[in-house]
Amino acid sequence: MDSALATTDPNMPETEVHAEHEHVALPQHRHHFETEEQQREAGSFGMWLFLLTEIMFFGGMFFAYLLYRNWYYPAFAVASNQLSVPLGTINTAVLITSGFCMAIGVWAAEVRKKGVLVAMLLLTTVFGLIFLGVKYDEYHEKYELHHIPGDSFNTSMFTNPAGYGIKEEPLAPDMAQKTQIFFFLYFAMTGMHALHMIIGIALLLWLTWRAQRGDFSSGYVAPIENFGLYWHFVDIVWIFLFPLLYLINRHPLH
Amino acid sequence: MAHEAIHTDAHDPLNVTNPEHAQHHIVTPLQYGYVYVTLLLFTGITAAAAYVNLGWANPVIALAIACFKAVIVILFFMHAAYQSRLIKMTIGAGFFMFLVLVTMTLTDYISRAWGLW
Repeated sequence: MDSALATTDPNMPETEVHAEHEHVALPQHRHHFETEEQQREAGSFGMWLFLLTEIMFFGGMFFAYLLYRNWYYPAFAVASNQLSVPLGTINTAVLITSGFCMAIGVWAAEVRKKGVLVAMLLLTTVFGLIFLGVKYDEYHEKYELHHIPGDSFNTSMFTNPAGYGIKEEPLAPDMAQKTQIFFFLYFAMTGMHALHMIIGIALLLWLTWRAQRGDFSSGYVAPIENFGLYWHFVDIVWIFLFPLLYLINRHPLH
Repeated sequence: MAHEAIHTDAHDPLNVTNPEHAQHHIVTPLQYGYVYVTLLLFTGITAAAAYVNLGWANPVIALAIACFKAVIVILFFMHAAYQSRLIKMTIGAGFFMFLVLVTMTLTDYISRAWGLW
């Protein structure tokens, strides 16, 4: 596609440009960049600017969490203890593994190993799907317990923990209602994180198809590298979500 | 193209196309392996530390470990350690801006009920 563009673009006086830049047709060196390094840096710069907007987007939710956790700490601690630490830890490891595969994929594209690149993109996708599967299981449990905020939310587990065999101090009814805020933030933050992963997996399938076609094994690494930045960013969001949502005040259980 | 052979860390104003010498660095799978093992190790530590009663230090340790993990992901998985100064500054400016916004908003919330806690 790109090479065809370079030779058929009617706005580009081919002969003159070709005389100046011998690499004009390469996707890693478009005609409007002086050098490949310049194009690469411009691409990375743009990707990082996008990620900064993502930091601000998730940052707003992290701030809401910080504030409400300080206001309604007892509700947050008790509600957090209803999340499964083993599942959260396993999912963290799964996501880190997915990120590791992505990193190896970027290396494979750099050293032009097509087979390794395709395999790593597929592994990245598989671990991403495992993460989403575990997440689905956790959401489903919350659905069955009526711990999804809204009309059918049930606070009885927090006002009468002994009745459910839970070793917690019972909350007053008004504080128990605030567990809805914890679960609202839990679903909002992990849900937006999961949405980013679903978008990422769709992009991964497209990139795998292009990688298999050989698009990224002849020196054109930018799409793989920039997608890697996105995928690692999604990892980082989870690295903060895991301790903040799952690990508040765990010790009273022991 | 004339400057391609010269690679130093110093800013070179004569090199108009690539003044920061944003040279291309490929991180090896072995380095990625070290980062991966470190990340898994600290995931285990943070989960285990949550079960030990350390009072106010629990959330501090959890966040410190999360920050450490995020930093090594940014530096090595995301190649920030090998990028030009422009990109390092961009990343730093983003996180700095986020901290400024959090601090100013928290200042507002704390000061509104000043003395009423």
